[in-house]
Amino acid sequence: MTEAVTIAPETQAEIDRWLKKYPTDRKQSAVLQALMFVQRDNGGWLSEAHLNAIADYLELPRIAVYEVATFYDMYDLKPVGKNKIDVCTNISCKLCGCDKIVSHLEKRLGIKIGETTSDGRYTLKGVECLAACVGAPMMQINDLEYHEKLTPEKVDAILDRLEKEGDK
Amino acid sequence: MFTIEINGKSVEANDGQMVIDAADAAGIYIPRFCYHKKLSVAANCRMCLVEVEKMGKPVPACATPAVSGMKVFTQSQKALDAQKAVMEFLLINHPLDCPICDQGGECELQDLALCYGEDVGRYTEGKRAVADEDIGPLVATEMTRCIHCTRCVRFGTEIAGFRELGMTGRGEKSRIGTYVKHFMQSEVSGNIIDLCPVGALTSKPYRFTARAWEMSQHRSIAPHDCLGSNIYVHTRGYEYSDFREVMRVIPRENESINETWLSDRDRFSYEGLHKDHRLTGPMIRKEGKWLQVDWPTALNFAANKLRDIINSKKPDQLAAIASPSSTLEELYLLQKIVRDLGSNNIDHRLHQSDFSQQENAPLFPGMSTELASIDSMDAILLVGSDIRREQPLAGLRVRKACLNGATIMRIGSIDHDVNFKLSENVHTTPSTLVESLQAVVDSLTSDANKSSIAKHLKNSEKSLIILGDEAQSHSQATLVRALCLEIAKLSNAKIAIMTLGANSAGAWIAGAVPHRKAAGENSSAVGLNAQTMFSQPRAAYILLNVEPEHDLIHSSTAIAALMAADFVMSLSPYMSPVHADLADVLLPIAPFTETDGTFVNVEGKWQSFNAVSPPYGEVRPGWKVLRVFGNLLELNGYDYICASEVRNELEKLLQHSNVPTDRTSLEKNTSNKPKGFEILYEWPAVCVDNVSRRANALQSILMPLQRTVSISSETAKDLGIQSEQLITLKQSDREITVPARIDARIPNTCVLVPKGVSLTSGFGDGFAEITVQRGESHA
Repeated sequence: MTEAVTIAPETQAEIDRWLKKYPTDRKQSAVLQALMFVQRDNGGWLSEAHLNAIADYLELPRIAVYEVATFYDMYDLKPVGKNKIDVCTNISCKLCGCDKIVSHLEKRLGIKIGETTSDGRYTLKGVECLAACVGAPMMQINDLEYHEKLTPEKVDAILDRLEKEGDK
Repeated sequence: MFTIEINGKSVEANDGQMVIDAADAAGIYIPRFCYHKKLSVAANCRMCLVEVEKMGKPVPACATPAVSGMKVFTQSQKALDAQKAVMEFLLINHPLDCPICDQGGECELQDLALCYGEDVGRYTEGKRAVADEDIGPLVATEMTRCIHCTRCVRFGTEIAGFRELGMTGRGEKSRIGTYVKHFMQSEVSGNIIDLCPVGALTSKPYRFTARAWEMSQHRSIAPHDCLGSNIYVHTRGYEYSDFREVMRVIPRENESINETWLSDRDRFSYEGLHKDHRLTGPMIRKEGKWLQVDWPTALNFAANKLRDIINSKKPDQLAAIASPSSTLEELYLLQKIVRDLGSNNIDHRLHQSDFSQQENAPLFPGMSTELASIDSMDAILLVGSDIRREQPLAGLRVRKACLNGATIMRIGSIDHDVNFKLSENVHTTPSTLVESLQAVVDSLTSDANKSSIAKHLKNSEKSLIILGDEAQSHSQATLVRALCLEIAKLSNAKIAIMTLGANSAGAWIAGAVPHRKAAGENSSAVGLNAQTMFSQPRAAYILLNVEPEHDLIHSSTAIAALMAADFVMSLSPYMSPVHADLADVLLPIAPFTETDGTFVNVEGKWQSFNAVSPPYGEVRPGWKVLRVFGNLLELNGYDYICASEVRNELEKLLQHSNVPTDRTSLEKNTSNKPKGFEILYEWPAVCVDNVSRRANALQSILMPLQRTVSISSETAKDLGIQSEQLITLKQSDREITVPARIDARIPNTCVLVPKGVSLTSGFGDGFAEITVQRGESHA
């Protein structure tokens, strides 16, 4: 059994704001946002206990939350590093050579896709299409920045910047 | 109604109907995996792609509404190409393990792969493998075989109301499972075995025991609840051979009763028929030792004993008690023998304590409407009913009504969990149950509509009151019933008395009651009922499929009377330790799979069935045993050649029967609230009769709560005990010390005694005063 967790009152208020947008018997509609908020509060990942807490809060069967949380790449069910690098490995990026980007990242960070560096600074993930096919191959940093038309050199530049920011 | 054209044939279709439904109705088969007529449309397997004129791409027949004048081609080149392409995709990750797969030979994927698959695959990459989950003792999983049709998920969500299975992950990583290890907690979980089109979900008890093509299929009727669900029994072995064995049970579609479903109890109880549990031949007790004897010896021994007792004492020293899951033929012959011997002491009402006004009962207690009409009720009131576990498939219909917008309400002493929304839930104690019903009557008779239950019933066009086991076994059951009848009359509701066992209705009709002969004819003398035949001990008893330690609400009185009796004969497929102690003759009779017989369900539907395998060893069908026994007793009219002759005789008697409808009337409430504790009984769903109690897989799903006595947390505090500590129950000179569990379903100052489990074997004397104390030996 995992230990139960509670959702912080401020976060509950945020979820409630989203719940108001939907009919009262359609609480499931707010599950994506609820997962986002709770993941943010928990340093970027969700444990089984968090998923259960969200299910209970939204009065959903737990499996309904597990389904959503395991489907989307934007939710992490294991602890992640300080910087999360999502490389798209879907069809357009694949055709445009994302393999090269992935192997470059793996070499430079010394980890495989799906792993976190031992110093906890980087997590490297292969993700599904992020809707930037026009700029393939692409990657996303920390759920915020898109970097398109990648080359190994471009990747190095981005990582150098992250290193620097990390030193601050 | 309009016509469409499928493969050049004109086919009728309705507004909103999908192409696949119209094709099915016309007998045109379109391949499918995810589509099921009882489930919502998912359209995710794409196997049913068909060509439709003027539509560019092939469309899924399950999700394409029929439109007047539409031209559909299910076998055109375009349709076939699409279907074959889908099949190729489905087979990419499907393992080629048909030789070791239980589904092999009855697999939808295997069948369709034969028609639409290529003989050689083009896929050379590694196949996906998925770890299995243990979802309980009934359903085996082999998730690598799953094709993600989601039928099981939809069944759980839509029909059964358990959302335990889901599809987690994405793309190639998606899988069906519970995600977190978890046993399924549903009374109808076995249906996902039938629904699964591949071998991902198979029956665990049946696993690796037989192949589909080795078996014969027989029509039969499920023997555990009053619905009479239609089933197929599958047997292996040559006809008439002693090796023929029941391998499994599956549902047989009957829209008016069980639809396409089956409860887990009906599906898995066949394990209890296994030879290991059974008596192999007749036995008599001589000088305290049990001897195997042949039939003539056993029957003559019994006939002589019985004749001696009747001659030396009075005929009314004989009493018979029968299980309401015995066949109509057995019950009819048993009462005929008892009455021909001059006694009226016969009953089948094993859970009943209040027999007042039995003369006012209708021909049989049952439903004043059809089972299928539950679906379209606007309001349903459950009185003392755990419908989910007592009649699981009626429970599914109540859930369906609820999803259709019906208001479901409940009055009862045990706060059972339900899989539908309860708009009103009046949690009573046994003694306040009557008051709660009276309150509903009062608000229906006065203008002030105080009770919202009354309001809902009155304002609903179609409403139904369902009486469950608690209502019928209540210490004031007649009053409860009269109040329900009154509520029904005042609110124009229908009534459903969901009786015990498969054939309570049949038992009434057959005359297995002390006050009425067969076909409802009044008996000039009223015999002793299921309670008084033991509280006023008799010299001789006949037990038919009854295990007194488990089946009776008056177990302790009954066992005392049976132990003291001069002669006890038991007709049952099994010998229990208690039988061994108290019986003098054991006559092994056939369970429902080895005899011809009839069950009358709660609607009054007569459903006959035939033996599917020869009786095991020296076992004989009950009706034959009773027929020969009648002859040996030198009684007249026992020359039946087949079971249907018995049935026909009863049917003929019924032609002249005119028992009025239920006239149970309201008598003054003379309840004196018991001091101290009130006792509640519950027969867990898998412990209701001698067959289900021996089904191993079913027994292993017994919840911890059903293995202990239950009390409320407040009661526990008063007694000064914690959960799972011992308490001592004392009732009518019997005392047991058992672990108690704190159970939120139980009201204060009540104790719930589970029956049919070894823990409480032989305990229970109806509603006689009970004392509850902290048990000794606290470590």
